[in-house]
Amino acid sequence: MTSRMLRVSAIEALSPLVSRFRFEDPEGALLPLFSGGAHVVVEMPDAGVLRRNAYSLISDPMDGSGYEIAVRREDGGRGGSKFLHTQVAEGDLMRISAPVNLFSLDLRAKKHVMIAGGIGITPFLAQLKQLARLQMPFELHYAARSRAEAAGLALLPASPQVHVHISEEGNRMDLGAILGSQPLGTHVYTCGPEGLIEAVAETGARFGWPRTALHSEVFMAPPPGAPFEVTLATSGKVVTVGAHQSLLEALEAAQVEVQWMCRGGACGRCETGVKSCHGTIEHHDHWLSDDEHARQTKIMPCVSRFKGETLVLDL
Amino acid sequence: MPRTEFSPSITSRPVYPGLTPQGATPAIMLAEGPGAEAILDLAALDASVMDLAHLIYIPAGHDAGPRLAALGAKMYREAPSYASALERYRKALADARMGTTLYLAGSEGMIGQAVAEALAAGLPPEAIQTEHRGTIARRMQCVHCKGVTENVTTDPFVCSHCGLTLFVRDHFSRRLGAFQGVCVDAETPGIVPAVQEIKP
Ligand code: FES
Repeated sequence: MTSRMLRVSAIEALSPLVSRFRFEDPEGALLPLFSGGAHVVVEMPDAGVLRRNAYSLISDPMDGSGYEIAVRREDGGRGGSKFLHTQVAEGDLMRISAPVNLFSLDLRAKKHVMIAGGIGITPFLAQLKQLARLQMPFELHYAARSRAEAAGLALLPASPQVHVHISEEGNRMDLGAILGSQPLGTHVYTCGPEGLIEAVAETGARFGWPRTALHSEVFMAPPPGAPFEVTLATSGKVVTVGAHQSLLEALEAAQVEVQWMCRGGACGRCETGVKSCHGTIEHHDHWLSDDEHARQTKIMPCVSRFKGETLVLDL
Repeated sequence: MPRTEFSPSITSRPVYPGLTPQGATPAIMLAEGPGAEAILDLAALDASVMDLAHLIYIPAGHDAGPRLAALGAKMYREAPSYASALERYRKALADARMGTTLYLAGSEGMIGQAVAEALAAGLPPEAIQTEHRGTIARRMQCVHCKGVTENVTTDPFVCSHCGLTLFVRDHFSRRLGAFQGVCVDAETPGIVPAVQEIKP
C-alpha cells in the first residue's frame, strides 16, 4: 500500500463528537487526486499498537492541496477514532495511504440518489463535489437523530436537492417515497448503519429495483471482541489477538505479511485460507458468501474473529 | 407458434429466456406478430401482470389484436410497424419509474431495437424480459457500409445498401440491435458459398 507522511494542517470540531482533520504535504506538494467515495488509511501508533483505520475523504476530489476526513469519536470502539481526537494535534506528521475507492459513483447512471445515516454522510461530501462538476442530476437524503449530532450539516451545500431528515424533530426519512418514484437509470447509494442499508435493500426489492442499481458501504471498523489465538500453518507460530485488536493488526504486530486494502471487510484483498478450525469463526465481512462463511475455510482477518479451540491459518 | 429454441452460439448472440410474470408491477409490453401468444401465455400464468401494463401490439399480419385487447391492460394500443410504435414506446420509457418491467415478444429485429432503446433510456438490463416468437429473420448491419438490411433469411445475403455479399455472423451489436454482416468473398472475389436458409 503506497503511503506518505502528511502534516495535520487543521483540526476543526464539527459537532461534539465529530471533528474534521485536514492533511497536507509538508513541502506543499500536490497530492494525487481521487474520486468521490474514496477513502484513505490513516496509521496511528497507539500505545505500542499500530492502528490503521480507513476514513472516507470528504474534500474536493479534484483538489490536490490536501485531504480531509471527518471522524466521529467512538469511545466504546477500539481506540482509533479516540486516538485521533485526543492524541493528534495540528502540525503532527501522520502516515496516510494513497486513496482507494470501493464506493464510487456508477457514471452510467442518469441520476444519483444518495442516502446517508449519521456519519455515513462522509463519502457523499466528496461525491457531491464530483457531481456538481459533472452537472449530473442527484438528490441526497441525510438522516440523523438530532441536529446537534448531524455533523454533516456544516459541510452540506444549501441546495434544493439536499434533504435533511432529523428524526428527533419528527422528520423521519421515508424510503418508500424516495425509491417509489425515481426515473429510469437512477442509481442509489447508501452509507450508514447496517440497519439503514438493509431497509434500503428491502424497500428497493418491494418496488422492483434490481440489486445492481443499489450500492452501499457500511462503516468500516473492525469490531472488538474477546481475545483469541491463531496458529500459523507454515511456522507453527501462535499469535494472540487482543480484545481491541483485529486479527490483521495482530498478524502485522507479529511481522506476518498479509495483503490488505480496505481493512473493513469489503474489498476481499486480505482473504486468508483456514487449514483447520475447531470452533466458530465470527465473520464480520461483506466479501465472502453465506456459503463460504458456513464452510469456515476462509477468513477475512481485517474484521473477523474466532471463538473456540484452535484456528490454523494458511500463512 | 411456440417459443423459438436457438442453438447455442457465441456469448455475443442474444438469448431469449421467455417471459416470467413479475406480478402487478408497472410494466411496458411490446409484442410483434406471433409475440402476442407470449403475452397471452404470460397473462394466463398471472392475470395481475396486466393491471399496470401499457401494452403495444404490432400485428405484422398476425391477428391477435382482439384477444390482447381483452386482457385488460391499463393501456392498449396497436401500431402497424416498430417505426410507428417508436414514439409511443419512447414516451412510455421516458415516463417510467425504476421498478418498471419491460416485456418484449416477437422477432429478433424488434427485440434487439427495443432493448437498445430501453437501455439508452436507463432501464436496467435486469428489468428486461424477452421471448422470441415468429420469424427467425435477422436484422443485419453491413460492417463495411454500415447500412442495415431488415428481414435477412439467407446466408450469405446481398447488402441492400452497398451490394456486397455478406456472411451472417452471430456477432450482435446491442447498441444497434443488429447482427453483423461481413463480406464473404473479400479474399477470393466472386467465390461465394452456396446460399442457405438461416437456421434457429
Ligand atoms: S482488507 Fe479489505 S476485506 Fe480485508
